[in-house]
Amino acid sequence: MSVNALYDYKFEAKDKVENFHGMQLLYVYWPDHLMFCAPFALLVQPDMTFGALVDEILKPATASHPDSAKADFLKAQWLLNDEPFTPNAEASLADNGIDHKSMLTVTTPDLKGMAGVGY
Amino acid sequence: MAVQNKKLNLKDKYQYLTRDMGWEPTYQKKKDIFPDEDFEGIKITDWSQWEDPFRLTMDSYWKYQAEKEKKLYAIFDAFAQNNGHQNISDARYVNALKLFLTGVSPLEHAAFQGYAKTGRQFSGAGARVACQMQAIDELRHSQTQQHAMSHYNKHFNGLHDAAHMHDRVWFLSVPKSFFDDARTAGPFEFLTAISFSFEYVLTNLLFVPFMSGAAYNGDMATVTFGFSAQSDEARHMTLGLEVIKFILEQHEDNVPIVQRWIDKWFWRGFRLLSLVSMMMDYMLPNKVMSWSEAWEVYYEQNGGALFKDLERYGIRPPKYQDVANDAKHHLSHQLWTTFYQYSQATNFHTWIPEKEEMDWMSEKYPDTFDKYYRPRYEHLAKEAAAGRRFYNNTLPQLCQVCQVPTLFTEMGAPTKLSHRQLKYEGERYHFCSEACCEIFEHEPEKYIQAWLPVHQIYQGNCEGADVETVVQKYYHINIGEDNFEYLGSPDHKRWLSIKGVKPADEDKNAA
Repeated sequence: MSVNALYDYKFEAKDKVENFHGMQLLYVYWPDHLMFCAPFALLVQPDMTFGALVDEILKPATASHPDSAKADFLKAQWLLNDEPFTPNAEASLADNGIDHKSMLTVTTPDLKGMAGVGY
Repeated sequence: MAVQNKKLNLKDKYQYLTRDMGWEPTYQKKKDIFPDEDFEGIKITDWSQWEDPFRLTMDSYWKYQAEKEKKLYAIFDAFAQNNGHQNISDARYVNALKLFLTGVSPLEHAAFQGYAKTGRQFSGAGARVACQMQAIDELRHSQTQQHAMSHYNKHFNGLHDAAHMHDRVWFLSVPKSFFDDARTAGPFEFLTAISFSFEYVLTNLLFVPFMSGAAYNGDMATVTFGFSAQSDEARHMTLGLEVIKFILEQHEDNVPIVQRWIDKWFWRGFRLLSLVSMMMDYMLPNKVMSWSEAWEVYYEQNGGALFKDLERYGIRPPKYQDVANDAKHHLSHQLWTTFYQYSQATNFHTWIPEKEEMDWMSEKYPDTFDKYYRPRYEHLAKEAAAGRRFYNNTLPQLCQVCQVPTLFTEMGAPTKLSHRQLKYEGERYHFCSEACCEIFEHEPEKYIQAWLPVHQIYQGNCEGADVETVVQKYYHINIGEDNFEYLGSPDHKRWLSIKGVKPADEDKNAA
């Protein structure tokens, strides 16, 4: 489908990667931990390693959850844009195939949040 | 010879002042005068079939509104002189006004602009006059709401820069983008969106909670505004129904177009009202009714009857109403815990509900509150007591369409986010739900332009790279005054001093 307009309606996407000054957007969702109400929206360098993403960004972002200290994210189950994905901790995000506005879903099977209801 | 009666009767006057304002152009093409009337595909075969829902002429309109205005401002004056703010139930209530003033009053102004623009686009004089009247009503509502609440600005924080905040603050992009979406549509979609889907189908869910909430919590100024606007709202609702029936009766080709607009705008309105759901259940110290009860009465029952009535035109209920009906058990709780964790970036305070309030919620939400949401507050209370009041320090993903954080859960699976994503022209887009994703798919060219507050911060367009700078400099939220937890806030302290409570008693009052 296409917008119904009075003229040739064509505009640039507002969030193209060029607008982020060399950085890119990345979303990370940790299911069963709804203390964080929505997936995180992160601004990341495409050449940072996956290991650095986990240690320097994801760990601090989740630190206030009791499960965070116990979570071994690198050994957890990952999805990249809803497809199964095995991250390489040494490789960059770009080399892991993580492009602008990608979403990572990380499931920690032994850690299911608080109160048995994924909080 | 009989002297002709110079005074026109009401019917003639109405005719002269409305329909006779329309004429057939002779030296310009009609198409050039009303260029926006056709492009949406709506076919109007006979504008004279338009039934004016209210036979009101400008002179009687002015007279009637002026009388209401006089009474209204007399009460505002009395409220201010008697320090009416001291008689409200609790200062936490004022946070509902902060949400209203920044989230809703600017929409009244946007509606004024929308109706003024839309009215110009119809070749039918009846529709033009109806839009003109509603435009003036909406302007009046925007002004009187600001006057009703201005007294609170002298005594409480967070009310000082509503129009500025509406254009910039992250969660206010939800109401702002809703109306921008409607105003940038064609004239018939605008009327379906605002007059029908919003004013007729959903407005009771906005208006009744706020105005009854004001009454239950001792806010005479806002209640009086409500009464003053009530007769206008009744006219707007009548117009909403007339609009939809008129369009549907004009041509059968209009039915599928209108159906898609109803599907879209029901959902857009429902997402917008999620802000009202938390206001009702959490921000009113004296509760009126629960969100779930309000949804049952005003949508499931009233809306159910309406869509039954529209069946004869070939219209069915909105596509995703099942999801909305299921969400009534969860919505307010999911929203409040979201605002609780991002209170560092709001112009109002949040708090953990008191024990009696939680018991009220257990009663109102027997299947969900104790199971899913009470444990959240127990954990948050424990953290706060240990000096670790929870704030989420990472920005959330936002929905490309409704612009709410993607916090909503799947129907029947309340621990699983109903996130969707797709690729359009090589770019990835994310959504809170199937319904928002579908709205995008119909008009991707429109929504790829969305000004998403989180992405704008990351692009460096909001005067700073860290939340504190953005909140203070770009949003004009005064840090430590307007934002953060309610307990211990300047508003809270001021309220205790108004009530003559010594700091030693603070815990008892605040618990």
